[in-house]
Amino acid sequence: MNSPERSVGDDPARVVEQVFREEYGRVVAALVRRFGDIELAEDVAQEAFVEAMRRWPGSGPPPKPGAWLTTTARNRAIDRLRRESTRDARHAQAAMLIDDDGDVDPMSLSSVPDERLRLIFTCCHPALGRDAQVALTLRLLGGLTTAEIARAFLVDEAAMAKRLTRSKAKIKAAHIPYRVPPDHELPSRLAGVLATLYLVFNEGYLPSSPDTVVRTDLSAEAIRLTRVLAGLMPDEPEVLGLLALMLLTEARRPARFAEGVLVTLPDQDRSRWDASLVAEGHRLVRACLRRGRPGPYQIQAAVNAVHTDAASAENTDWRQIAALYDQLFALTPTPVVALNRAVAVAERDGAAAGLAALEAVDGLASYHAYQAARADLLRRLGREAEAADAYRIAVELSANPAERAYLEERLAGLEE
Amino acid sequence: MPKYLLSVWSTEGEAPPPEDEMQEMFAAVARFNDEVREEGAWVFAGGLHPADTATVVDGRGGEAVTTDGPFAESKEQMGGFWVVEAPDLDAAIDLARRGSAACRGQVEVRPFQDDV
Repeated sequence: MNSPERSVGDDPARVVEQVFREEYGRVVAALVRRFGDIELAEDVAQEAFVEAMRRWPGSGPPPKPGAWLTTTARNRAIDRLRRESTRDARHAQAAMLIDDDGDVDPMSLSSVPDERLRLIFTCCHPALGRDAQVALTLRLLGGLTTAEIARAFLVDEAAMAKRLTRSKAKIKAAHIPYRVPPDHELPSRLAGVLATLYLVFNEGYLPSSPDTVVRTDLSAEAIRLTRVLAGLMPDEPEVLGLLALMLLTEARRPARFAEGVLVTLPDQDRSRWDASLVAEGHRLVRACLRRGRPGPYQIQAAVNAVHTDAASAENTDWRQIAALYDQLFALTPTPVVALNRAVAVAERDGAAAGLAALEAVDGLASYHAYQAARADLLRRLGREAEAADAYRIAVELSANPAERAYLEERLAGLEE
Repeated sequence: MPKYLLSVWSTEGEAPPPEDEMQEMFAAVARFNDEVREEGAWVFAGGLHPADTATVVDGRGGEAVTTDGPFAESKEQMGGFWVVEAPDLDAAIDLARRGSAACRGQVEVRPFQDDV
């Protein structure tokens, strides 16, 4: 796993900003672990970054900025708790001061244990709602401000602040632990973490809001956090699978839109795909295959690897894609997987076989992608009136403007 | 150690299960109660009579003003509860999972305020 190149320029504010981005989650996680209090951890982490802003322009950043920030923040927390414990002798956190590991010179602190894994599992605890999990993960591990998260999910800032405050209060009151779950719980708990990260990615990739085509910042943050997770759990193939799936999806982003209109996979200019992301995604998929422990994200990544391996749409190995969807359907028999499988069948065996497979899928009549796929197959079978109806339904159901524009173009093409 | 209220909720008016199932359920709950005691998590537990046996008392005005029936006019009512000690929410959730299976009802886990 390559960590992003740290190209620190001369602008000290930018240096701090970049360090903030990379180190915030690690600093907060270390402090939460040490003091057991998220609010305190966030407060003193912020103070440490303010201190860095003040000092680094003169002295330059220390060799281990993350360790410096953690130590600075930790000392602030201890000062604060000492003050509080003299006021309130019963303060539970006073106990924390006794096992203090001394006033270490920040510059000599060579490494800080990485506690982010624990914090990810806390943020994505199943006792918290999915919205709360997403918000907490972006706030505590991504270092996004409340305003940024609110903007990303199109809720007002006060509502997002309330959601975050409530979630943090629940973690504290209900004693949600900071812990990597034990082995017997790990598969289901990890699935929850991955689902949260994938949700953040998808919201950036094809947002459901009517006003934005794409929010690259959310996708980038999801990839960054998944890279962190992959670094922390290198033996979990599903984490690598999710990372590969994100990278191979992200790689196609430059070719996905033309003047605000969605360009679907067969029509994309493949020379515009990001070759380095494709190469990294393929490497990860091969690494997953070698482990022989397939899971839903790895299989979806493999589908994307087949797509991105084809020099042209005509050269796509649909036989393999259909087989992968069979395998995925065996693991997760959902209507959406059945829909994707039907699309692959159409490419492998012809539009009539695809339509038959598609119409055997129940419960997706009000899903835009189902209607769009149905419209396309009806069009290919020359059933134009039915195709036009299906396109109209799909346009109505789609929430994304670029996708709507694409479907309207298709509809107009039929009516000519 | 944190304490949690594990309350069992059911929809009033639903037909009770047949007698043999009831007996199985009582036996399962008794076994679960023994386990909770053995694990040192037990604080208190009890089953409640139906909500229509409840009386609401309002003493805010000095005298007791009583109202017949449960506080919340809801179909969902608490039928019983455990109070347990557990090191964290994960441990409480595990107790609730086993309690829910034993009593065949949904269980709400709610933390007590910390001892002062």
